[in-house]
Amino acid sequence: MSEPFLIGEGMTGGYGTGADILHDCTVAIDAGQIAVIVGPNGAGKSTAMKAIFGMLEIHRGFVRLDGEDISALSPQDRVAKGMAFVPQTANVFTSLTVEENLEMGAFLRRDDIAVTMRQVYELFPILSEKRKQAAGELSGGQRQQVAVGRALMTKPKVLMLDEPTAGVSPIVMDELFDRIIEVAKTGISILMVEQNARQALSIADKGYVLVQGTNRFTDTGAALLADPEVRKSFLGG
Amino acid sequence: MIDILNAMVVLSNYVLIPAIAYGSQLALGALGVTLIYGILRFSNFAHGDTMAFGAMVTILFTWLFQSWGITLGFLPTALLGIPFGIIATAALLLATDKLVYQFYRRQKADPVILVIVSMGVMFVMNGLVRFIIGPNDQRFSDGERFIISAREFKTLTGLKEGLAFKTTQGITIVTAIILVLVLFWFLNRTRTGKSMRAFSDNEDLALLSGINPDKVVMVTWIIVAGLAATAGALYGLDKSFKPFIFLQLLLPIFASAIVGGLGNPIGAIAGGFVIAFSEVLITYPLKKVLKYLMPEQLEPSGLVQLLSTDYKFAVSFTILIIVLLFRPTGLFKGKSV
Amino acid sequence: MTTSMKNIGLFFVVACLIAGTGFIQSWNTALFILNMGLISAIMSLGVNLQWGFAGLFNVGVVGFVALGGLAAVLVSMPPTTDAWAAGGFQVIVGLIFGAATVIAAIFIQARMVAGKIKVFTTISVLIVGFFIFRYFFDGGVEAVEAVNPAGTGYLGGLNFGGENYKSWGFMAVVSWPVGGVLAAGAAWLIGKTALGLRSDYLAIATLGISEIIIAVVKFEDWLARGVKNVSGLPRPVPYEIDLQESPSFSEWVYSIGGDPVTASSIVVKLSYAGLFTAVLIIILTLAQLALSSPWGRMMRAIRDNEYAAAAMGKNVTARHLQVFVLGSAICGVAGAMMTTLDSQLTPGSYQPLRFTFLIWVMVIVGGSGNNFGAVLGGFLIFFLWVQVEPIGAMLMQAVTAGMAEENAIRLHLLGSVAHMRLLTMGLILILVLRFSPRGLIPEK
Repeated sequence: MSEPFLIGEGMTGGYGTGADILHDCTVAIDAGQIAVIVGPNGAGKSTAMKAIFGMLEIHRGFVRLDGEDISALSPQDRVAKGMAFVPQTANVFTSLTVEENLEMGAFLRRDDIAVTMRQVYELFPILSEKRKQAAGELSGGQRQQVAVGRALMTKPKVLMLDEPTAGVSPIVMDELFDRIIEVAKTGISILMVEQNARQALSIADKGYVLVQGTNRFTDTGAALLADPEVRKSFLGG
Repeated sequence: MIDILNAMVVLSNYVLIPAIAYGSQLALGALGVTLIYGILRFSNFAHGDTMAFGAMVTILFTWLFQSWGITLGFLPTALLGIPFGIIATAALLLATDKLVYQFYRRQKADPVILVIVSMGVMFVMNGLVRFIIGPNDQRFSDGERFIISAREFKTLTGLKEGLAFKTTQGITIVTAIILVLVLFWFLNRTRTGKSMRAFSDNEDLALLSGINPDKVVMVTWIIVAGLAATAGALYGLDKSFKPFIFLQLLLPIFASAIVGGLGNPIGAIAGGFVIAFSEVLITYPLKKVLKYLMPEQLEPSGLVQLLSTDYKFAVSFTILIIVLLFRPTGLFKGKSV
Repeated sequence: MTTSMKNIGLFFVVACLIAGTGFIQSWNTALFILNMGLISAIMSLGVNLQWGFAGLFNVGVVGFVALGGLAAVLVSMPPTTDAWAAGGFQVIVGLIFGAATVIAAIFIQARMVAGKIKVFTTISVLIVGFFIFRYFFDGGVEAVEAVNPAGTGYLGGLNFGGENYKSWGFMAVVSWPVGGVLAAGAAWLIGKTALGLRSDYLAIATLGISEIIIAVVKFEDWLARGVKNVSGLPRPVPYEIDLQESPSFSEWVYSIGGDPVTASSIVVKLSYAGLFTAVLIIILTLAQLALSSPWGRMMRAIRDNEYAAAAMGKNVTARHLQVFVLGSAICGVAGAMMTTLDSQLTPGSYQPLRFTFLIWVMVIVGGSGNNFGAVLGGFLIFFLWVQVEPIGAMLMQAVTAGMAEENAIRLHLLGSVAHMRLLTMGLILILVLRFSPRGLIPEK
C-alpha cells in the first residue's frame, strides 16, 4: 500500500502536562477522499484531529503530510503547508463581515483570492447574499458555511472539520454533508470528526472508530456501517 | 429672540466648544485604551503616562524648532513636533513590549497580572518624564491664539455675548477627526487592519488563519503610540502640560472606554464625548445661560452649578458606575463583562 | 537552610537595615521608618487579604487610608460648638435628604415595574432630591465654614474632653477602629457595584472611588478643613514637652548620659511603635487564623479556580465582597493610625495612585498570599522609599563627579533625583513580577 496523503501514525499524547488522551492512535487519509473519525464521547476524536494539526504535543508517533514529517511544525506552519482546520466552536470572526471572514482565511496568500472567493460563493450561495453582513448575525448553519468557507480560502490540500454539524438542524446537516462531498470532489482531502456516526460513515471513504484514545475499528465507511459489532456498539443497533 | 441667541452663544462658548475639544482628546485617549484592551486584552494603566511621554517629546522638538526659528505661522509649531513625539512614543512602547509585556503574553498570564505590570510601567514612564522635563508646567504653544476671539465675535454679530474659538481647540477637533477617519479606514479597509480586528475578535481562529500575532501586536503599539502622543500633545496644547495631569486623565479615559464598551473603537469615541459633555455641563454654572432663557422673576439666584469643578472626575465616575450597574458591556457592545 | 530560617533571616536583614539607619543617620529617622513600616505592614496585610487571598485588584487603597485619616479627625478632635450651632444641623439635614434621595431612587429601581414611568420617576426623584439636598446643604456649609475660618471652620469631632481634649488621648485609639468602619462602608458600596464583573473593572472603580474620597477630604472644608489641614490631634502617647519638663524623666535620662530633648522624642516614637506593634500583632494573628481557617481555604480555592468554586455552589461574589470589605477596613485602621502618628490630617498629601502603588509593591515584593511576606514587604519597601532619595543623590553625585560644577546636565541630573523614587519602585515591581513573582516569602 502506498503512503497516504496525510497520516498521523502511532500518536500518543495529551494536553499540556495532563495525562495522555491518545494511545498509539493512527489516522490516515488519501488524496481526495473523505475520512471520518467516530466514537463515543470522550474517545479522543477531537484530540486526535488536533494532534494531527499540531495543537497538542505528541511525545510518540509522528505526522506526515505528503511524505514529509511535519510533527514539529506549529499549527500556523501547517496552514502554510496546505492544511486547514475548522474548529467546533468559535469558528468564525463574529464581528467581521462574511466577506472579511473569507479574506482572513486567505491571509497568508499573496496571489489573487477573487477566484477562490467566487468558488466559495458558488459552493455556498447564501453567503454571497450575506457577504456584507457580520458573521455573528447569521444562523448556526450559515455560520458553519462561513467557517468552512474561511478554511477553503487557504486553498488547502486537506480540510479538517471538527464536528461541523454540531448544533444544526437535520435539514441543514444534510445540506452540509452534500457540500462536503462537493468539496472532496474538487480533490481536497477531508478529515472529519462526527457525532452523527451513521450519516458520516455513509459518505466516508474511510472510517476510524476510536475508543479511549486508541483505534478500535478501521475500515471503509460502508464496511463499518455493515459491521454488526460496530453497529451494535456505536450506531445503536 | 436675541436672548435665545445670546444663550446659545454662552452655551457654545463655555460648554459646547470646550466639551467638543475635551471630548476629542478623551476619545483619542480612550481609543488607545480600547485598542490595547481589544488586542492585548488588558487595561493599560500606563496609558496616561504614555500620553505624557508623547507630549513631552513633542514639546522638546517644538522648543528645538522654535529655537531654530522654524514656525508654522498662525498654527502652533507643536504640530511639527507631534510626528517626532509619535516616533519616540512608538519606540518606547515597542521597547516596553519587548522588555516587559511580551513575557507575560507568551506565558498567557492572567490579564490582572498585566494590569499590575502596567502600573509598574506607568510609574517608570512617569519617572522618566519627570526626570527629563521636570514636574512643572510647560508652555509650548505659539502662533495665533484664537481663530475667532470673543471681541471679534461681538463686533461681528452685535450680540452681547462673545464666542471665543481657540486655535488649539480647532486643531484638536480637526486632528481628532482626521486621525479617527484614518484609523477607521485602516481597520476596515486594509489587510493589516482587518487582521487586527480578526485577532481582537477571535485570537485562536486568527492564528489558524495564519495571522501573525507578533505583527498584530507591533502594529497595535504603533497605532496606540500615534493616538496617545497626539492626544497628549493636543491636551497639553489646549490646557497645559504638567506630567501629573495625565495621571488624573486616566480615570475619564477609562470611563470613556468602558462607557462605550471596552474593545469597541466606535464606543470609545462616543464614550469620550459622553464623559466630556457631562463633565463640562455639570460643572459649569448654568446661570449665564438660563438668565437669557427665563423670565426675570424666575431667574435663578444661585449659580446653578450642579457640581463644583473640584468634583469633575466624580462625573466620569458616576457615569461609569451607572453603566457598570445597568449595562456592563457598555453602550456599544464591548468585549466581555 | 530551611524556609523558616530563611524567613527569620530576611526579617533580621530588614531589622539591620533600620538599625543601620539609626547608627549611621539618626535614630529619629530610624524610628520614623519603623513606625511607618508598622503602619505600612498593616496596610499591606489589608491588600494582601484582597489580592493574596482572593485575587482582587484594589487600586483605591489610598481612598480607604484617607477615610481612616478622616475618622481620626472626626473622632479625636473636639466638636466646634459654634459651627454646630451655626449650620451643623442644617448640613446634617441636607445630608439626610441626600441619602434619602438615593435610597428612594434605589427603592424605585427595585420595586417599580420597568418602563418609561419608572425611568421618569427615578429621574424626577433624583432631581428634586438633589435640589432639596443642595438647598439645606449649601446654606449649612456656608454657615459652618464662616465660623472662625482661620482656626476651625469645620464641625470638629466627637472628643468631649472640652478644654482638655488633648488629654483625652485615648480618643485617638478609639478613632482607629472607626476608621476601619468608615473604610468598610465605602468598600461595601464599591464592592456591591464592581465585584462580579471583570477584574479590570474593579480596579478602575476603586481608582474612581479613591479619587472621590480624596476630593471630599480635600474640598469639603466643613468636614475636616480640607487643604487647610487639621493639626494638633490628640495623641495616645505623652508629649515631648511634658516629658522634658518631668523631673523624673530628665533625671533618668541624665543618669544614662543622654540629652532630654532627643530622648523625649525617641521615647514618644517608641511608645507609638509599641502601640502600633500591638495592633499589627492583633491583625497579623487574625489574618493568620483566617488564612488557615476553612474560610481562608475557601477563599484561596475561589481565587485559584473561580468557575470550579462557583460550580460547587460557592457564592463567589458574596465571598469576594466579604474579603474586599475586610481588607479595606484594615487599610482604614492603618490610615487612622497614620494620621494619629502625624497628629495632623493633610489631605494634600494623599496622592491617589502613588500611595496605593507603594502598598502594592510591598505586597508583591514581600510575597502575595503570605501574611508574613506582606509585613516584611511593608518594612522593606518603606525603608527603600525613604532611602532611595539619598542613595540616588549619592549615585548622581558619583556619576556627575567628573563634570564641571555648573554643567547643565549635571545640574539637571542632580535636580531630578527627587523623581527617582517612583521610577525605582516601578522598576522593583516589574523586576520582581518578572523574575520572582512569588515574592520574598512565597505563599505556602
